[in-house]
Amino acid sequence: MKEMICIVCPKGCRLKVDENNNYNVTGNACPRGAEYGKNETRNPVRVLTTTVKIGGAKYRRCPVRTEHAVPKGSLMEIMQQLNSVCLISPVAIGDIALENAADTGINVIVTKDM
Amino acid sequence: MKHELVVIGGGPAGLAAAVSAFESGISDILIIERDKELGGILNQCIHNGFGLHRFKEELTGPEYADRFIKMLSSTNVKVMTDAMVLDVTKNKQIHVASTAGYQIIEAGAIILAMGCRERTRGAIGIPGDRPAGVFTAGSAQRYLNLEGYMCGKRVVILGSGDIGLIMARRMTLEGAKVLACVEVMPYSGGLARNIAQCLNDFDIPLYLSHTVTEIIADNGRISSVTVSKVDEKRAPIPGTEMHFDCDTLLLSVGLIPENELTRGAGIEIDPRTNGAIVYDNMETSVPGIFACGNVVHVHDLVDYVSDESERAGRAAAEFIKSAEADYTSVSLKNGKSVTYTVPQKIRVNSGAKLFDVFFRVNRIFSGSSIVVKAGGSVIAQYKRDHMTPGEMEHIRLPKVLIEKANGCEIEISAEEAEK
Ligand SMILES: Cc1cc2nc3c(=O)[nH]c(=O)nc-3n(C[C@H](O)[C@H](O)[C@H](O)COP(=O)(O)OP(=O)(O)OC[C@H]3O[C@@H](n4cnc5c(N)ncnc54)[C@H](O)[C@@H]3O)c2cc1C
Ligand code: SF4
Repeated sequence: MKEMICIVCPKGCRLKVDENNNYNVTGNACPRGAEYGKNETRNPVRVLTTTVKIGGAKYRRCPVRTEHAVPKGSLMEIMQQLNSVCLISPVAIGDIALENAADTGINVIVTKDM
Repeated sequence: MKHELVVIGGGPAGLAAAVSAFESGISDILIIERDKELGGILNQCIHNGFGLHRFKEELTGPEYADRFIKMLSSTNVKVMTDAMVLDVTKNKQIHVASTAGYQIIEAGAIILAMGCRERTRGAIGIPGDRPAGVFTAGSAQRYLNLEGYMCGKRVVILGSGDIGLIMARRMTLEGAKVLACVEVMPYSGGLARNIAQCLNDFDIPLYLSHTVTEIIADNGRISSVTVSKVDEKRAPIPGTEMHFDCDTLLLSVGLIPENELTRGAGIEIDPRTNGAIVYDNMETSVPGIFACGNVVHVHDLVDYVSDESERAGRAAAEFIKSAEADYTSVSLKNGKSVTYTVPQKIRVNSGAKLFDVFFRVNRIFSGSSIVVKAGGSVIAQYKRDHMTPGEMEHIRLPKVLIEKANGCEIEISAEEAEK
């Protein structure tokens, strides 16, 4: 039995995952928690949010995120890759800042019109 | 200059209030914002976790703000940025300093949505030097996420509020070493999910019932801190000292609603929330002046801010359209283990059928119930599996229940559920 806090939404349900019973999840207030509990025990993933350089905008940094969750182990490599990204204003929400981040098949996208 | 409605503050509270007032038929609305752009604190909250209730998606702060900014752009609400409100008077005059100079704007109704600010080190008094390298977590967040400055490489965080937790992860991702998060209380002040994904993910230790007891400086910059365990009365226990060599101390020791303008207008303040005393429609003690969002009480979820602010927007629209209002009300009181309630007053004849009440408990409960009493007898009970001071609680009282109170004060308390 593995205990964990569901991080899918701010409610933070306290989950129990039974590895010996097909990763059965209890303590979740909604189905998203069951999915999280299963994945977190087998292959933990996270959405990475950070910033990249931007030129010609009101501020020097543009917020970005991975379009979907990526394996936890790839976070630092994506951060490295993003160090060399520099956007030029204007950019819009959803524009791609980095394609196929750390070979995960997932893009990093802009989260603010700048 | 005169406007039907002036909204002070362009964060999520101000934006939602303006949009809903517009949708309720008010067309002459002005938002005044001191920053360069709309969005408030959301602009620096680049992490995700916003809007799950409202949009059924996990948005980042800027994305959440953008939804409302886009809604606003389809209205004719006017926006003044780089404009700081210096004073608000009881008769609804607003003194503003901006690039256009100093002006006095008159308003038919006002919505206060100034948000809150961080408690500073002065407010908690740590002994030791006063060097560079001590920041509030929110200012460090602004430097890093908007301006692009990293404020240090070896970091200790005092307080386990959400901003501190978010910054622990953020600075780790940017290459800093976060040595410890130190919390004086026996429980965390932040959301459970932030402990999991910001500290546990990066093996950052959380020291509960500990505090920073000394700040040591070298050449004007912080060089280390002493951390000690505290007893039940929060007094440091001698002999438990630990030393951390660090160049940065981030303070995440709570937020205080920003109410200088509110006080200046002679509006009644609740010492429990540090915000205005409000009716169920978010009207303050001065008719026609409303308040919503973090300026009323500190919220941990932006969805609640938006809901509350829409209520304020609709109520302001109603006030503008018909000055007649019935203020007959019952008072709400915080009972055992509850620290405050918002609203503090419910108008019995407002026409609403349901009344949302928000509050916080003062300790951790598991298997508990929220008990609503009036005139000494219990009129309602709500079960909760888990409650913590770090998470705002919410109940919805039907009008029939308010009538049951028969004009008596309604008291809300938290109790262990009977087995
Ligand atoms: C670090 C952090 C992390 C958070 N994480 C989450 C999360 O994951 N999920 C979630 O749902 N919620 C989260 N929240 C909560 C949510 O962001 C806030 O509750 C919400 O932003 C409060 O909105 P507001 O409009 O009341 O205040 P603010 O966003 O602070 O807006 C107030 C605005 O008023 C302006 N203002 C103030 N005084 C004046 C003046 N005199 N004249 C003109 N303008 C003025 C300010 O410049 C500001 O723009 C987080 C909050 C913080 C601080
Ligand atoms: S189980 Fe559902 S409600 Fe509970 S924290 Fe996870 S996503 Fe939120």
